[in-house]
Amino acid sequence: MSDIAQPAAKRRFRPLAGDPRHWPGVGFMAALFFGYVYLPIFILIALSFNKNELVTIWTGFSFDWYLKAVQNEAVLRAAWNSLLIATIASLCATALATLAAVRMARDRFAGQIAVNAMVALPLTVPEIVTAVSTLMFFSVVGITQGLTTVILAHTVFCIPFAYLPIRARLDGLDPKLAEAAGDLYANPRQAFRMITLPLMMPGIMSGAVLAFIISLDDFVTTFFVGGAGSTTLPVYIFGLIRVGVSPEVNAISSIMLMVSIALVSISLLLGRGHERSQR
Amino acid sequence: MDAKVRDAARRRAAWRDRTLLVGPAAGAIFILMVVPLTLMAWISIQTRDFAGGVVWNDYSGEAYLRFLFERNLDDSLSWNFNYLLIILRSFWLSFITTTTSLLVGFPMALYMATRPARWRAALVFLVTVPFWTNLLVRNYAWILLLRDHGSINSVLLWLGVIDQPLPLLHNNFAVSVGLTYSFLPFMVLPIYTSLEKLDLRLVEAAFDLYATRLKVLRHILLPAALPGIIAGCILVFVPCLGSYVTPELLGGGKTMMIGNLIGLQFGAARNWPFGAALGFALLALVLIAMTIYALRTQQNGNSR
Repeated sequence: MSDIAQPAAKRRFRPLAGDPRHWPGVGFMAALFFGYVYLPIFILIALSFNKNELVTIWTGFSFDWYLKAVQNEAVLRAAWNSLLIATIASLCATALATLAAVRMARDRFAGQIAVNAMVALPLTVPEIVTAVSTLMFFSVVGITQGLTTVILAHTVFCIPFAYLPIRARLDGLDPKLAEAAGDLYANPRQAFRMITLPLMMPGIMSGAVLAFIISLDDFVTTFFVGGAGSTTLPVYIFGLIRVGVSPEVNAISSIMLMVSIALVSISLLLGRGHERSQR
Repeated sequence: MDAKVRDAARRRAAWRDRTLLVGPAAGAIFILMVVPLTLMAWISIQTRDFAGGVVWNDYSGEAYLRFLFERNLDDSLSWNFNYLLIILRSFWLSFITTTTSLLVGFPMALYMATRPARWRAALVFLVTVPFWTNLLVRNYAWILLLRDHGSINSVLLWLGVIDQPLPLLHNNFAVSVGLTYSFLPFMVLPIYTSLEKLDLRLVEAAFDLYATRLKVLRHILLPAALPGIIAGCILVFVPCLGSYVTPELLGGGKTMMIGNLIGLQFGAARNWPFGAALGFALLALVLIAMTIYALRTQQNGNSR
C-alpha cells in the first residue's frame, strides 16, 4: 500500500515529471531520427532483392540482380580496382601515420603545430577543391592520370583517418611502461618494439581499417584524378546512376553498403577492445 | 668541450628522428596537397586556354571578374548573376541543412545523453555507422525514395493522399534532404558529447524548483549544449558548402552548388582559371571559418 502511495505523493509535488529521461517527444524524435537514417538504407537493400524490373513495386524475392552484377565483367574489374587502390593506399597511409604519430605523441618540438594543421588539412579542405587542385598538379607535373595518381591522392587523404586512432591510442598509453622497460635495460629500440608497438597495435589496426573504408568509398577524388583504367566501383556506379535507376545498381550498392558496415563494425570493435584492455 | 660535442650529437639525432618519423607523412601531404592548392591559387590568375589548361605567365583577373560579369563579344563587360546565384544557393542550402540538422539532431543527442550508460555506446554506434557507408550509395537511396515512381510517391498514391506524383526530386528540397542525411552525425555527436557531461540532477533540481520544461531547456540544456551546437553547426555547414555528390545526384542540372560549378570547369566547360578561382574562394571561406572556430575553442580552453 505504502509502495503505491509514495510515488503518487512524489508526483503531486512534481507536477512536471522532473525526470529528464521522460521528456515528452524526445523518444518520438529519436524514433523519427532512426527512421530517417535507416529507412532509405533498408529500402535500398530490400529493392535489390526485388524480382521486378520496375524497381519500386515489390513482386517477389529474387537473387538474380546479384548474380547478374557478379557476372558482369566491368563490375568485377571496377571492384578489383577499388580493392587494389584501397589496399595500397591504406597500407601506405597507415605506415606514414604510424611513424608520424610515434614522434608527435612523444614530446613537443618546433613546427609541431604546423604538422598538426597539415594532418588536419585533408579533413578540412572540401574534397572537390582537393580533387581539382590535385588534377591540375598532376597535369602540370606531367604525370598521366591513372591508377598511380589515384593511389597517391588516396594515400594523402587517408593519412588523417589512420593517424587519429593511432594517436588517440598512443596518448592513452602509460609512458611508465616504456620507462620501466628502460629500467630493465632495454634500449629505446627494444622498448619500442616489445612494449609500445604491441600496445599501439589495436590503434594501428583500427586506423588501417578506417583508411581502407574511406578509400574504398571515395568517389570525388577518384572521379577527377583518375583516368582510363582506374574506374572504381563508386565511379562505375555513378555512371550507371546518371543513366537511371536500375536493379543492378541496387544490388551493387547493397553489397558496398554491407561491406562498409561490416568493416566499420570491425574497426569500432577493435577500438572498444583496446578500451577494455586499458582498464 | 666534450659535453658540447655530445649535446650537438644528441640534437642532431633528435633532428634526424623527427625528420625520419614525421617527415614522410608531412612531406606527402605537403607535396600532394599544399603544393597543389598553391598551384590552384596561381592558376586562378592566369589566362584561360580554350583547349583546356592555361596560358602560363599571362596574368589576368578575368577568372574573378566572371563571378559577377560576363565578357561580351565586343570585349565589354555586362552583369551576369548566374554564378552569384549558384554561390548564394550554396549558402542558402547549407544554412537550411544546418538548421534542419540542429532541429533533428538536438532531440536525438538529448535522447542519447539521457539513456543509461550501457546503452550509449550502442546508440553512438548506430548514429555513426551510416556515416561510414558510401556517400554515393546513400544519396542514390534517396533517388529511389524521391523520384516520381519512387517509394514515397507510390505510398502516397496508394493511400489516395495525392493523385499525381509530387515532384520531389531535382530541386532544392531534394538537395537539402540529401545533405542533411549525409552530415547529420556531425551535428548529433558534438551535441551529445556536450550534453553527456551535464549532471542530470541539475535538471531534476530545476524541476523541483518549479521550473517549466521551457525554462529548463533555455537555462540548463541549451547553455550546456552550446559548445556542441556551435561545433556541430560548423561541422555540418562547412562540408555542405563544398558538397559535390548530393547536388549532382539529387539536384539535377538546375540546382547546382559551388562544388558542381567547380567540377564543371574541369569537365565540359574547360575553364581552369575560373574553376581555380572558385576553388580558391571556397577554400578561403572554409579555412577562415575553421580558423575562427579553432581560435574560439582555444580561448575558451584557456579561460577555464
